[in-house]
Amino acid sequence: MSEVAMKRKQKDKLLLDIIGYVVLIALALICIVPFVIILSSSFSDEEAIRMNGYTLIPSIFSTDAYRMIFKYPDDILQSYAVTITVTAIGTAVGLFLTAMTAYVLCRKDFKWRNHFAFYFFFTTLFSGGLVPWYLLIVNYLDMKNTLAALIIPSLVNVFYIMVMRAFLAGIPDAISESAKIDGAGDFRIFMSLILPLSKPALATVGLFLALGHWNDWYSALLFISDDKLMPLQYYLYQMLGNLDGMRKAMLGTGGVVDVNIPGENLKMAMTVVACGPILFAYPFIQKYFVQGLTIGAVKG
Amino acid sequence: MTERRHTFWRDIVKYRTLLFMISPAVLLILLFSYVPMAGIVIAFKQFDYKGGIFGSPWIGFDNFKFFFQSGDAWRVTRNTALYNIGFMVLGNVLQIASAILLFEVGGKWFRKLMQSALFLPYFISWVVVGSIAYNFFSYDVGTINSVLTSFGMERIDIYNTPSYWPYILLFFHTWKFLGYGTVMYLAAITAIDTEMYEAAEIDGANVFQRIMKVTVPNLAPTFIILMLLAVGNIFRGDFGMFYNMVGSNGMLFSATDVIDTFVFRLLMDTNDFGMSSAAGVYQSVLGFVTILTVNYAVRKYDKDRALF
Repeated sequence: MSEVAMKRKQKDKLLLDIIGYVVLIALALICIVPFVIILSSSFSDEEAIRMNGYTLIPSIFSTDAYRMIFKYPDDILQSYAVTITVTAIGTAVGLFLTAMTAYVLCRKDFKWRNHFAFYFFFTTLFSGGLVPWYLLIVNYLDMKNTLAALIIPSLVNVFYIMVMRAFLAGIPDAISESAKIDGAGDFRIFMSLILPLSKPALATVGLFLALGHWNDWYSALLFISDDKLMPLQYYLYQMLGNLDGMRKAMLGTGGVVDVNIPGENLKMAMTVVACGPILFAYPFIQKYFVQGLTIGAVKG
Repeated sequence: MTERRHTFWRDIVKYRTLLFMISPAVLLILLFSYVPMAGIVIAFKQFDYKGGIFGSPWIGFDNFKFFFQSGDAWRVTRNTALYNIGFMVLGNVLQIASAILLFEVGGKWFRKLMQSALFLPYFISWVVVGSIAYNFFSYDVGTINSVLTSFGMERIDIYNTPSYWPYILLFFHTWKFLGYGTVMYLAAITAIDTEMYEAAEIDGANVFQRIMKVTVPNLAPTFIILMLLAVGNIFRGDFGMFYNMVGSNGMLFSATDVIDTFVFRLLMDTNDFGMSSAAGVYQSVLGFVTILTVNYAVRKYDKDRALF
């Protein structure tokens, strides 16, 4: 290659590097800055916010909002308990059913596996809509204001069954076949051979399920009006919409709330409290999500 | 006939454990997906609580007639489709660009750091995004208005100005899913055979030519699959997003109302079960026909690319 061509090539590479660093850092900042603003707003003085609005750096630093949350933690702890319960049960049971279903759909010797696969798949194409689903759960199953309404309708998700099936398809059929010849039953093969072999897949799908339950506010919007059953995200939703009511409930007073009591900063502190655990866990769980998407992209 | 029935029962016995294992999921889907399909009849009824789904009187297509004659049908359908097209186009372009740049630029730690930053918004709920939007756009205390007033400019009333909202929603949707798509496209780029790059280099291609002639064409299969899924879902609005960003702010409905928010409001706010159900059935049928059409077209063009 001539020296001129070499030089030109290095110039192109340099140009690409400049574009790349500038664009990527800009995009990364756009993704991160909103979180910084939320955090700094939550540490701002209420009066300063009312005077100057939210700012990137607190004009007057204050921990009042968090102090109020820690002083009257009952409602928030209650909603944490609801969210943790729903997430734990929903993820554990959901993951088990998802894996078991996916395994059956993977078994090539199962005569009706394509029929069942279509049975599941069809529901992603067509549905009865919101109204009949809502009436079924509220009027016929009588699940309004129960924990069950937050867990059972979203227990199995066809999309994750299909993802899990793509994972399990990578386990050689010979394993199930030889265990069968040795006299093991299907359920035992699944429990003692397939599950241990699919730990990475279980971690990935399990974390997707857990994230879905943790961030779920929609079920509560439809089915929960009882304060004791409010999940965290729905509690935040309520506070954003009805600050005064939520402050009164928090303070346990029916009367007028002092103007200087945390409000605008409380909303932001509550936002931090609602997504805090996810942000803490993020560095550790991120790779499992990447793994899940990577399998999806390669397998199609 | 008796022979076949005989085989059927023998198969049931043969596969009893597998059938038993699959039955919880089958029953849950039956209850929460197939049973509600029977409830489609509500769309053709004058629903009242006393009569319930099956006891209420039939009124034929009246619910649909009102839905279409009020003009709501056209407005929400148009909004839903236009938003989804916008999300799809802008989202994919940015995701592909950032995946290519991530692949080409920087060392391992830089790549990791950037990927972590871009992926972060995917992990928070739309409620939290709604809170972020409030932080930015609030008339009295929003960050944007703080900046404007600190420069001595007039406040802008974003929550009462519909014309800003298509851009705002486009921004936040793209923001939330940028990392998700980038990770997916990055995986596809990593899977490209490195020999193709070497061949391009030997042929004297510069980095930009290599990207345009090798990387981009190799992303086509991933892109097409994502497009198919997106086109198939073009009439499904992202309820969580619209509801948390706009809420019940009627000022903005002309620009922000989608089929899903419309159906929800009719059900929960006005308790108009019949019309809400009619709008839902309309959405389901429209979506179903769209998916079948798209899939049929793709099948004709390239069988392997079809969804089913």
